[in-house]
Amino acid sequence: MSNKRVVSSTINGQQVEFLTEPQQSLLECLRDTLGLTGSKEGCNDGNCGACSVLINNRLVNACLMLGIEIEGKDVVTVEGLADVHELHPVQEAFVLEDGLQCGYCTPGFIVATKALLDKNANPTEDEIRFWLAGNLCRCTGYDKIVRSVRLASQLMNDAKEGLQ
Amino acid sequence: MSKKMIERDKHISVGTRPERMDAKDKVTGHALYGTDINLPGLLHGRVLRSPHAHARIVSIDTSKAEALPGVFAVVIANDLPEADDRTEKAGESTINYKFLRDNNLASDKVLYVGHAVAALAAKSPDIAQNALELIEVEYEILEPVLDVRHAMSDKTQVLHEQIRTDGPDGSGDTPSNIAQHIRHVKGDPDKGFSDADVIVEREFTTVPVHQSYLESHAATAVWGMDGTLTIYSSTQGAFLARRQVSELLQYPMSKIKVIPTEVGGAFGGKNPTYVETPAALLARKTGRPVRVVMSREEVILGTGPGSGTAITVKVGATKLGKITAVQAELCYEAGAYPGSPVHPGAMAMFAAYDIPNGQIDGYDVLVNKPRVAAYRAPGAPQSAFAGEQIIDELAQKIGMDGVEFRMANAASEGTERLDGSLHKSIAIQEILGVIEDHPHYNEPLDGPNQGRGIAIGFWDNWGARSSVEINVNSDGTVNLISGSVDLTGSRTTVAMQAADVLEIPFENVKSSMVDTDSISYTDTSAGSRTTMATGLAAVEAARDVLTKLQLEVSDMWSVSLDSVVYSKGVFRTTERKSENITFADLAAKLSGQINGHGNVNVENWAGAGGGTIVDVEVDPETGQVKVLRCTAIQNAGKAIHPGHVEGQMQGGVVQGIGWALYEGYQYDELGHVLNANLLDYKLPTSLDVPSVEAVIIEKPFPSNPYGARGVGETPIISPAPAIANAVQQALGQRIDQLPMTPTTLLEKIGVI
Amino acid sequence: MKTFDYEAPVTIDQTITLMSKTRGKTLLLAGGTDLLVQLRYSNQDVDLVIDVKGIPELNQINYDEFSGLVIGAAAPCSQIYESAPVLENFPAIIDAATIIGGKAIQNRASFGGNLCNASPSGDAIGAMMSLGAICNVVGSEGVRNIPIEDFCIAPGKNALEKGEMLISIQIPSPRPNSGSHYLRFTPRAEMDIAVAGVGASIELDSDLNKILSARIALVAVAPTPVLATEVSESLVGQKTSGSLLEKAANIAKETISPITDVRGSASQRKHLIGVLTRRCLDIAVKRAVQVS
Repeated sequence: MSNKRVVSSTINGQQVEFLTEPQQSLLECLRDTLGLTGSKEGCNDGNCGACSVLINNRLVNACLMLGIEIEGKDVVTVEGLADVHELHPVQEAFVLEDGLQCGYCTPGFIVATKALLDKNANPTEDEIRFWLAGNLCRCTGYDKIVRSVRLASQLMNDAKEGLQ
Repeated sequence: MSKKMIERDKHISVGTRPERMDAKDKVTGHALYGTDINLPGLLHGRVLRSPHAHARIVSIDTSKAEALPGVFAVVIANDLPEADDRTEKAGESTINYKFLRDNNLASDKVLYVGHAVAALAAKSPDIAQNALELIEVEYEILEPVLDVRHAMSDKTQVLHEQIRTDGPDGSGDTPSNIAQHIRHVKGDPDKGFSDADVIVEREFTTVPVHQSYLESHAATAVWGMDGTLTIYSSTQGAFLARRQVSELLQYPMSKIKVIPTEVGGAFGGKNPTYVETPAALLARKTGRPVRVVMSREEVILGTGPGSGTAITVKVGATKLGKITAVQAELCYEAGAYPGSPVHPGAMAMFAAYDIPNGQIDGYDVLVNKPRVAAYRAPGAPQSAFAGEQIIDELAQKIGMDGVEFRMANAASEGTERLDGSLHKSIAIQEILGVIEDHPHYNEPLDGPNQGRGIAIGFWDNWGARSSVEINVNSDGTVNLISGSVDLTGSRTTVAMQAADVLEIPFENVKSSMVDTDSISYTDTSAGSRTTMATGLAAVEAARDVLTKLQLEVSDMWSVSLDSVVYSKGVFRTTERKSENITFADLAAKLSGQINGHGNVNVENWAGAGGGTIVDVEVDPETGQVKVLRCTAIQNAGKAIHPGHVEGQMQGGVVQGIGWALYEGYQYDELGHVLNANLLDYKLPTSLDVPSVEAVIIEKPFPSNPYGARGVGETPIISPAPAIANAVQQALGQRIDQLPMTPTTLLEKIGVI
Repeated sequence: MKTFDYEAPVTIDQTITLMSKTRGKTLLLAGGTDLLVQLRYSNQDVDLVIDVKGIPELNQINYDEFSGLVIGAAAPCSQIYESAPVLENFPAIIDAATIIGGKAIQNRASFGGNLCNASPSGDAIGAMMSLGAICNVVGSEGVRNIPIEDFCIAPGKNALEKGEMLISIQIPSPRPNSGSHYLRFTPRAEMDIAVAGVGASIELDSDLNKILSARIALVAVAPTPVLATEVSESLVGQKTSGSLLEKAANIAKETISPITDVRGSASQRKHLIGVLTRRCLDIAVKRAVQVS
């Protein structure tokens, strides 16, 4: 006796309809139903940030939402940042600065960093550390992540200048 | 094959910082981890866990769970064959298959809260969860044994009736919670203490801490109609996982294929298997793929943390600053089954020093907590927390600077350790020299309630078996496969070494980790061994390729094999100046049908020393410790990829800061874990730590072609004692227990 | 998680009707940062979850000097701290809104949810209590206003009757020469839960040296966040000074009988309440001076 409902939303720029039972988290829907396994489960209670996604450009933990709550919303996951041929500058920066080791927390950090830089193009180290405090990394000790964010900021600013 | 070192001018890739091969897949979310495996018809497995720390299982009734619609199968220990009571080395830890079977699915007793009792497979995670509640288990509750010292008393309830202490003087004759008693003696400790002008003695305690890899344990099993069992696992050792599953199922290794996925952190904790065998049982029973993924709570409750310990230590020294004797008693919690890291803890405790007389007694002690697993330099952070504080205190008592005192007693090549081994090439004095000269050690602190501490540490590392194969393609590029699970970049660092030997651009090497059907045996990625040992296998495989190519060239040109030389990507013969052919052209001529094998068993490896300088500020009213600045120093031998070495150092140090200040299991008196989540089990966030400065020393290890040493584990050893020494300087109070939480600090300084 | 029905009404009336119609257990969902975790771990049976985020009244943040600040029950922390009038007038609210969880949590977690969750360690509750907040509640029987100090009645239990819902929280405009602060102690810098917390608002006289009124709320040291009236009384009519704040801190310590749990010991909490009360009052007073 399933009480599945249809949810319709935009995920990574594509109009998507999917079935969910109301109790299923957005994270379960993304990973198990939609095959978007880039968002990770680390704790399933909002303490690690590995499932960070953007809903209407706001950073949220996909484990702390129901899938049914994204009806009509715009969702961006880590899979939606790069285009076919080119990494997003945030991704490029994490690659260049070795801002990852095991990589499991990385999608969450990438998404959270994008949210930060969209709001604050030139964050200081303190601002970076404050903003990313909701994302746990067990491998890097955070230094190379902070460096990656600074480089990402620079790359994004350069790209903007290039456009002007 | 020559084992000589590769000359430095031949380092094309080694020592540079190329982009990690797995980086793009990981930053885009495309890399597949154990938790990401999804297959048609997949069922979701869940594990029922004990709510009691110590109890006899009277009965298990799974009928109601089996009857729930959507449930496909339930398994319990009876579904497994009996396992051999045999202990084997597994990474830096050991595995006894009888105990492993009981740890995968409890048979007669549960021995900790979170002990697996049954597993089931259902069509959705929610149904699986609901079905767990329908399994009825009747327990006869027994007294839990939670304190390591209490466990050692002969009046305490024993966990295992059959266990007798394996001691230095033979086996005990009554049941005991002390599974093993080891003893190292050097010189004459009594005389050493009588020669001392100053003696310091203290007891230190630590609680279990978890590796806290962000990806929980995950395995997906598929049982084919031909009897092939395929397991996708986020294990750190594919062959080690295969061995465990083979033993537990009594099933031939040839029919078990373990496919290692990307691993979301391991740090030693993914050497033992927990979910692979239950997933396999469920897959066999249902005929469907079954994925078992642990929740965070299950990871904390049901998998092996690092040992809690009680350590007493006594050290004597002369007024001039020479250590005359040490004595230590190391009591290490093994958890539910024998196998604590008390051996390496005892090895590492004073390994950085030249101690003339000493005795260390180590105890492997059973308690009703999860069976411990390796955690980054297993056993060493605990013993260093004690040892490096005592060294600090002794230096203070004598009135010597901490670096000077350590330097006066530093071990060097040839020093006999307390465990009887002789040090090979090490760099303790060089590390102390770096500390002494570093601006961080010399610049003044700039505020009240601040303190600066240092500590050093030594880790022995590991060598063991690795296999690499290289296939040369007709366009001159090569594919390298290895049996090593890549935890933090070894695909890249191993490929760099092959590229150097082949004298081709790093970009021309594609490196992959492969499953257990595809390559010969390779030990687990543990013990800081992979870049060094699997790298050596890659060097051997690359040399094998070159030897074969040289043979082809000598045939092709009808010249003697000895005359064929290879340099900078071009084969020539000393017999005829005119002949030459590039690596790529030769590969094209041979249609890519050239491969090289490297199978090594590294028995000669080198340890690595390191140190930490740390500044803290303590709020004496709240007990909060803030780490203001931290510098890590380490001897890498040769940093194959300096960026990766820095990452290992910074990551290890931050884990050490977590261990020092935030992390630790909290239990109630019945053995329930009170903080089995990432809110109350507190990992440091980016705001809790400074940017750690990594200073790499390169004192080569002569027996490795690049001089490389393992680097992964050493960095976690010295942060906690360095922080404790800094807190002592700030507060005037020595903190003898981990973690040094605000509560602990306020209690120690008598504020509460 | 056990399955349940889900509705997302867009008016208060629809919600009240849904609540009264449903026989079994009904829960209201705002940010979900507490609720979903609780449902997941307890695996309890729930019949209906009503998502109230689509109701305009529950998302409002309005301020005027006459009626004060109205925070819709479902408005997330980030909406609160990005609101100019809140930034300008209610520093204690900003303090609380910026320390709950991390950025991702702050985009979901609401003050109303924090309040209804009635955790002893609710930071938002402590901040709002120090500012004299009133809870606007609607049910099938009509509207009621509950002073915030009466809203939480036990750990996890609030004063809402069956069929009632929290619509908004109203906070009076700051008096002239007043300042507020919320301060908590956590082992980690952020992403943590209070071992103890103190919210304080202080109103000074026009000479800025005498305390005209004070409200102090203590967090994580009793079954619910509590108003420490003895502390307020000790301050009112007194000249601000270090020793006055020290005395108030000692009184705060004496008013509580905290428990020991995984997050801290009873004696630690008692001690911390003293330290935090003094530090919190000190900043509240400084803010009062700065504002004027």
